[in-house]
Amino acid sequence: MSETAHPEPNYMGVFWWLLALTIIEIAVIYLPLAKLAIAIMLITLAVTKAALVALYFMHLKFERRTLALVALSPFVLCVFLILMLTPDIFPR
Amino acid sequence: MSDAAALHAGAEPQESPLTPESWGKLGMWLFLAGDAMSFGCLIVGYGILRHASKSWPVPAAVLGINLTAFMTFVLIVSSVTMVLSLSGIQHGDRARFKKFMGLTILGGLFFLGCQAYEWTHLIRDILPKHNLAFSKDLFATTFFVLTGFHGMHVTGGVIYNICVLTAVTRGRYQAKHVEIAGLYWHFVDLVWILIFTFVYLL
Repeated sequence: MSETAHPEPNYMGVFWWLLALTIIEIAVIYLPLAKLAIAIMLITLAVTKAALVALYFMHLKFERRTLALVALSPFVLCVFLILMLTPDIFPR
Repeated sequence: MSDAAALHAGAEPQESPLTPESWGKLGMWLFLAGDAMSFGCLIVGYGILRHASKSWPVPAAVLGINLTAFMTFVLIVSSVTMVLSLSGIQHGDRARFKKFMGLTILGGLFFLGCQAYEWTHLIRDILPKHNLAFSKDLFATTFFVLTGFHGMHVTGGVIYNICVLTAVTRGRYQAKHVEIAGLYWHFVDLVWILIFTFVYLL
C-alpha cells in the first residue's frame, strides 16, 4: 500500500480560496480600470488558482522538487512560443 | 530471477525516480506535461490571433459568464470531491471513496451537460445574432476548438473515473491508482480555470 508520507492538506481551505478567487475574478471585469490593469489582475488571479490546484490537489508541494520542473516545462515552452510569434503580430 | 524476468512478471524493477511511490504517477505527470503543451499552444494561438485581428468581440458580452461561472464552480467542487474520495481510500474507508468518486463523476457529467446546453444556445441563437458564424469567424472557431478540446478531456476523465470506480470495487485498484486518476482530473480542472479566464473573462 502506498500510504502517503505527507500530512493531508486542508482540502476544504483550498476550496474556499478557489471559490473566493473566482468571485474576485468575476468582480474584477466590472471594475472601471484600464484594460491592461484588469488583464494583469485576471492573469495573476488565474495563475494563483492554477498553482493552488497543482500544489495542494495534485500534491506537487509534497513531491520531489525535480517533479515541479516537469510540471513547469510546458510554461517555459509557451513563453518561447509567444516570443517566436511576436514578430507576426507586431510587424515592423 | 533475472531483471528481465522480474520485469515480465509485472514487478516494478526499481524505485521510480521523482515519484518513489509508483511509476504510474511519473507516467501521468509526463503525459500531463505533454497535454499542457497542447493546451498551451491552443491558448497562445487564441491570444495571438485575437491580438492580430482588427475586430474581436468582447467575449463576456457575446458568451455571457453566468452559466460558465457556475460551470467553473461545478468543476472546482468535483476536484474537491476527488481529493476527498482519495482521502477516503487512503484511510481504508471504501464507502467514503465510493460516495465521493460517484459525486466526482456526476460533477463531470453535469459540467458536460452545461457545456452541451451552452454550445447549442450559442450556435442556434447567440452567434447568428452577432453575425459570427461557427466556421467563418476566428473568434467562434478558436472558441469552439479550445472549449471542445477541453470538453473532450472532461469526457475522457469521466470515463476514466468510472473505470477506476469499477476497478476499485472489484479489488483490482488501490489508493495509488486513484491518486493517478486524481492527477488527471485536477489537471482538467486547472486547464478550465485558465480557459475561463483567457477565453471568457479577458
